[in-house]
Order: sequence, then structure tokens, then C-alpha cells
Amino acid sequence: MSHPSMDDMNLNAPHSMGTTIIGVTYDGGVVLGADSRTSTGVYVANRCSDKITQLTDNVYVCRSGSAADSQVVSDYVRHFLHQHTIQLGQPATVKVAANLIRLLSYGNKNMLQTGLIVGGWDKYEGGKIYGVPLGGTVIEAPFAIGGSGSSYLYGFFDQAWREGMTKDEAEKLVVKAVSLAIARDGASGGVVRTVVINSEGVKRNFYAGDTLPLWHEELEPQNSLLDILAAGGDGPAPMNE
Amino acid sequence: MSKLAMDVPPKGGFSFDLCKRNAMLAKDGVQLPPFRKTGTTIVGLIYQDGVVLGADTRATEGPIVADKNCEKIHYLAPNIYCCGAGTAADTEAVTDMVSAQLQLHRYHTGRESRVVTALTYLKRHLFSYQGHVSAALVLGGVDFTGPHLHTIYPHGSTDTLPYATMGSGSLAAMAIFESKYKEGLTRDEGVQLVTEAICAGIFNDLGSGSNVDICVITKGSKEYLRNHLQPNPRTYVTPKEYTFSKKTEVLSTLVTTLKERVEVVEAGDKMEE
Repeated sequence: MSHPSMDDMNLNAPHSMGTTIIGVTYDGGVVLGADSRTSTGVYVANRCSDKITQLTDNVYVCRSGSAADSQVVSDYVRHFLHQHTIQLGQPATVKVAANLIRLLSYGNKNMLQTGLIVGGWDKYEGGKIYGVPLGGTVIEAPFAIGGSGSSYLYGFFDQAWREGMTKDEAEKLVVKAVSLAIARDGASGGVVRTVVINSEGVKRNFYAGDTLPLWHEELEPQNSLLDILAAGGDGPAPMNE
Repeated sequence: MSKLAMDVPPKGGFSFDLCKRNAMLAKDGVQLPPFRKTGTTIVGLIYQDGVVLGADTRATEGPIVADKNCEKIHYLAPNIYCCGAGTAADTEAVTDMVSAQLQLHRYHTGRESRVVTALTYLKRHLFSYQGHVSAALVLGGVDFTGPHLHTIYPHGSTDTLPYATMGSGSLAAMAIFESKYKEGLTRDEGVQLVTEAICAGIFNDLGSGSNVDICVITKGSKEYLRNHLQPNPRTYVTPKEYTFSKKTEVLSTLVTTLKERVEVVEAGDKMEE
């Protein structure tokens, strides 16, 4: 039996954010959500980091992947957007922000390792979410998920997301989704941070880790088969071969 | 070769040309020089009036203690100090460089330096070297916006925290902080907690040892407590006296003073075009 030495922990490993990040549009704006764990190897370097970074007054970005790469990319894009806003004479649109992110991510794809979700509100298109994953594609979508914890959320969102939610419904959905991912993904954890952006402005929220539901017995069932059968129905129609 | 460089218009963004060179060298069998990892425990915390930084004083070369009482808390500005872990040369060089840049910036702006300025200088430099400058830093200071504490990793990422630890002894020190830290500590409580955290690193981590250095920074003042605690005194000294062999003898001494060979004229003619 051997003790793991300090070298095995590799405390100078690149800071990565095994992460869960989410962006969801609702009727009137967007809600961005993220966990707060930053890890170096197996050690949690920061248990309450803020992965939702401001680019302009009305556009924020969720960062995942390498902490250094995502911080530098968002710093550069914030700088370019600031210049662009001055030259344009009015607030930048979310599409422009997403495009600038894409230019850096795609143009340096061999060297960077960062997945980003750009979300915000502008007066032309309203609330918009753009996903910019590892290779530098841009995907405009009604919702986007990213980070290592997102693997556990694809099925959940297929079932739970719907068009035309209210602000509170959207935020509850985001918080529940991040909690579910935190429960299953070792590289996500800590607290849940959300940012709601709409025509009225920006609101930041914080949900402490110990108030989040942890596992299936603490979560309310949704359209549970057991409840349907108990109510006396035959259950869903059988599949045809 | 230089003409080629002039014809290509400069691109914006990052330049990774040296990465290609390094890859080519690696393929030819040239190995990167091995790094000296210096074990360390460095910590920082924010208390009610400002920031307390702490560090151990052991510098190692592999398994050997190279310096039993080195200084790991580096000066950046009168109101900003930085603890450094990692390769000693890298932490020393990068903090000296940023300290000079900050001084020039103070002359340009006419104002006291801000902690975020130091943070940005450091993170930009470290990111551009892609982690090869092995400097892990705990940066703390008080400027007009208040007290600040940041950690900076060798790859250039930063975190802003109320209490932070870095180095090989960081886990031992963080255990102390996580159990005892609270907001609104007094100066003595802060110094006491930092001392305990560094001692945890000194006694439980092989890469850290010797004494505890502390630096307390508040608005308008700083206290550098070098060797605030010395929990590892040299307890045994050999009773035998050291003797040295006879030195070279001096036979005679002759001093010749410099003679003035040139006459200096104080008020000469003006230069004329």
C-alpha cells in the first residue's frame, strides 16, 4: 500500500473548470447558470468561483474548460466589444459578442481548450443564447449546455425544456439542472450562480450548495410512471416492433 | 528571411510560432530542461482592516534544502506584496519585473498602484508563456478600492478569494483555513490564523519548513514581519571549535596613491557651430 505523494496530486496542473454551464432563453430574456468548482487535478482550487463573466452591460458569457484560456479569451472579447460599442455608438448585440468569441476560438483552435456559452439581451433580437464549443463553431439555440457536467443533462433538457417559459420557470429549470449535474459529475460542485438578463437589466443570484437537492429521493418526480400506473392508467402506449 | 516577414500583414490575437519551434526541437530529440520544483507553503487572507500574507522560508533543490531562510514574500508596490511558490528564479524574476512595471505605471498615472493592475500584468505575462514560467502566486494588497487577495496559477488563470493557499503545503494550510476562517477577523486573529496555517505546512509537508514570514497590509501602512515565528531553531551545535589551516602570510604592504595627470579647466569656452 503506498501513500499518494504530493507529486501525484500535481498542484501545478493547469487549472481546469470541469464544469456545468447552462444558458436558457425565456419569453423576454435569458437565464445563464453555472456551478462554482475550479479544479487542479483532483484538488478543488476554488470552490466558489464565478464562471459567468460580464462582457458588456447586456451580454455575459459562461466559461468552461481551461480556466486560463477562457479568462484570457473573455478579457480580449470584452476589450474588443468595448471598442466596438464606442465606434458603433450603441450597445453591442449578442450576435456580435458571439462572433468575436468565435473568431478567437476558431482561429486559435489548436492552442485553446475552452467551451463558452454567450447569452444576453439586445433591442433587435431580444434574449439570445449562442453556444461556442471546443472547435469554435457557433450554434444559436433556444438553450445551450456545456462543460463536463452537461453530459448528464441532455436527456433532462429534452424532457424539461419548453418554449415560452416565464422568467421564474426558466430560472428554476436552470437551478434544478445545475444541481442534478453537480450531484452526478465529480468535476462540478459548490454553489449555483445564475444571471438573468432582460430589457430591464441584469440580476445575479446565488444558491448555496447545501440548499440544493442532492439525489433522486430528494427530487420531485416528473410524469413518473409509478404515479401514472398508481392512478389506474395503463401507462404509455406500448411500442410497435 | 526578414523580407518574408515584412510582406505578411500582422495578424491580431495570439502568436504561437514558438510552439511550432518547440515541437520541432522535441522531434529532433532535444529535451526541455528539467525544472526545480520548490516546495512551499504560502497563504493569504483578508481580515477586517486589510490583508495578511504568510510564507514559510525553505528553498529546496530536489531533496536538499538549498536555503533555510529565504524570503518568499516579494515587494511589488508600497501597498502590494506577493508570495511566490514554484521555481524560485521564476517567482523572483516575474515579481521584480512587475514591480518595475508598476513603478513606471505610477509615474504615468500619478496614482497609487491598484492590486488589479499587478494582477493583470502578472496574468498576461504568465499566460503568454503557457505555463512554462512556473510561478504560482498569492497576490495581496490594499488600494483605494479596498483590500484584495488573488491567486495566480502558472498557466495564467486567476481567482479572487477571501482566503487562499498555494504551494506543496497548500492542502495542509487550507485545512486550517477552512476550519477556522471567518469574516471580520482582527489583526491579531488574522496573524494567528496565518501563522497556524503556515505551521501546518511546515510540519506536515516535506517541501516546506524553517520559519514563518508574515506581511500585514492595511490602508496606508504595511508591516513586514520577517521570521515572525521560528519554530525550528538550531538546537545542537558541535562543542568542538572549528579550526582553519594557516592563511597566506602578508610579508609587506606598499600603497601608491593615484597621481593627477590631467588639468581640469572649470570654465571653458562655449562650443560654437
